[in-house]
Amino acid sequence: MAQMTMIQAITDAMRTELKNDENVLVFGEDVGQNGGVFRATDGLQEEFGEERVFDTPLAESGISGLAIGLGLTGFRPVMEIQFFGFVFETMDGVAGQMARMRYRSGGHYHSPITVRSPFGGGVKTPELHADNLEGLMAQAPGLKVVIPSTPYDAKGLLLASIRDNDPVIFLEHMKLYRSFREEVPEEEYTIEIGKADIKREGKDLTIVTYGAMVHTSLKAAEELAEEGIEAEVIDLRTVSPLDMDTVVESVKKTNRAIVVQEAQKQAGVGASVVADINDNAILHLEAPVLRVTAPDTVYPFAAAEDVWLPDHTDVVERAKTVINF
Amino acid sequence: MFQILNEEGEIVNKDALPDLSDEELQELMRRMVYTRIWDQRAISLNRQGRLGFYAPVAGQEASMLGSQFALEKEDWILPGYRDVPQIVWHGLPLYQAFLYSRGHFHGGQFPEEVNALMPQIIIGAQIVQTAGVALGLKRKGKDSVAITYTGDGGASQGDFYEGMNFAGAYSAPAIFVVQNNQFAISVPVEEQSAAKTIAQKAVAAGINGVQVDGMDVLAVYAATKEARENAVNGDGPTLLETMCYRYGPHTMAGDDPTRYRTSDLDDEWEKKDPLVRFRKYLESKDLWSEEKENEVVDQAKDDIKAAIKKTDDTPKQKVSDLIEIMFEKLPVNLQQQLEEYREKESK
Repeated sequence: MAQMTMIQAITDAMRTELKNDENVLVFGEDVGQNGGVFRATDGLQEEFGEERVFDTPLAESGISGLAIGLGLTGFRPVMEIQFFGFVFETMDGVAGQMARMRYRSGGHYHSPITVRSPFGGGVKTPELHADNLEGLMAQAPGLKVVIPSTPYDAKGLLLASIRDNDPVIFLEHMKLYRSFREEVPEEEYTIEIGKADIKREGKDLTIVTYGAMVHTSLKAAEELAEEGIEAEVIDLRTVSPLDMDTVVESVKKTNRAIVVQEAQKQAGVGASVVADINDNAILHLEAPVLRVTAPDTVYPFAAAEDVWLPDHTDVVERAKTVINF
Repeated sequence: MFQILNEEGEIVNKDALPDLSDEELQELMRRMVYTRIWDQRAISLNRQGRLGFYAPVAGQEASMLGSQFALEKEDWILPGYRDVPQIVWHGLPLYQAFLYSRGHFHGGQFPEEVNALMPQIIIGAQIVQTAGVALGLKRKGKDSVAITYTGDGGASQGDFYEGMNFAGAYSAPAIFVVQNNQFAISVPVEEQSAAKTIAQKAVAAGINGVQVDGMDVLAVYAATKEARENAVNGDGPTLLETMCYRYGPHTMAGDDPTRYRTSDLDDEWEKKDPLVRFRKYLESKDLWSEEKENEVVDQAKDDIKAAIKKTDDTPKQKVSDLIEIMFEKLPVNLQQQLEEYREKESK
């Protein structure tokens, strides 16, 4: 087994599937010779040629239209949106077109497309580069939205996404790209889309989270443990569809929950988790389910990011509020 | 503007006359007459509440059918919302077009051998997708093309330029047809762009652009045929601007063209009618007669009646059917909702 960063695991997944299936095509802005602005596609054009891994003109709507058309002719497109704030340029392509292809055609056509994109805060990017738009995506019926938090998960989930016959939005948190390494098998494996993972077991409180906030929550759980509070940390891994079975089972055990997301409070995924806990486990709760989120502003300018983003002390504080309710 | 037949049905551009047999010429006429009748019936059925969404096509028959006639069966059509005749003549059963109009999902379940998409509602979305289909055909080594249609309004969309630019950059076998029917709902083409023609917009994408008389079925056929040959020969995509007119409203959903069009303008365009001029041409060659025309009219009426019957007989659409087709494999949330709706529908 090799030690890999998340970005290496992502490249490895694409390499694996480019080898496995000649219909897999990787394309987007600067993904060819340049290997992507984060180097996620580094070396792939050299290895698989310009027919399989190629640059597009600079136009996001064109890129997703291209993906839809290639999907119709038997290819499995893996398209990159260079930074996820640029998805606004192709909301029709993503939410209006590929998400609805199967439905509009009564199941006759589908969109076996993976939309890869870096997102997420804490790396001081310019405006519209870091935005957490997963809530927007999760609100579009027909899309699956996957957000890995570790190199191991990233490889398995990306392979599953590329092999899925429906469109998957695969969001890669920029801060996690190179923040740590872990053991990642060199052979292929998949992780089921729509299955959450318990990243830490506990009996006193359930912390439901995803993306970079998994690590923030794990750090908070360690602090809480020092005070005798055992928090269970659930990494959703997929924010649409939500694996509420895993969450509800945990809440039935711990009787308390908080939801932690990097996105603004109004941005959806956390609210949906709270509503579903209410639907399925309200009589098991000893306290209201609270949220740790960013405030409802536009994503902040770089100099304000550190304060704007939730951190582990916010999680600890909110967890204690629930414990002491 | 490229033209072969003038308004009197006379050949004005002999060198460009396409090599079509007498039977093919008659078939083109048959399709235009049939489509005119279908359009009239569809408008009437819509008024009776027996069809749903419908965008009238009279005045655009030469543009729609001349271009489709130049395609091969394997070619892909990515239509705009008005471009239903092209996909029906490409093989979509008429009753499915009626089901589409009524908002029944079987209207989108195209037969396997029909390479076409459902009519696109978002103006311009089909144009970027065409670049993708065309590139896919090229990469799969097929000798076929992807053709797409929009109106003059569609030429204002960003996707129009992105689609042409992508196809041009990849030298993908695409044909972009802008049917300039003079109005984007109510706004005349002169108010949509300072460009003298829409065809010239091809220059910005580095592809061929041709303005064609869209009321002249032979010109549309010949221009599309040439665009097709260029595309499969690797000479890149073509933008065709077909100058035509829609006689009716934008759609049957409440649009009243008398608010923005004069009857003088209607009269002026009706003099250019594609059916009248092609009929004159065929009659001069002894290839068409009143009797032949009546046969086509009767056939169209019978077919439409049968198709409507089949539409009526199609099982009602259920919400549970729609839940089942959302994804290849149902996720947990939809599984639960499927059970709820099955129960609701069983009552």
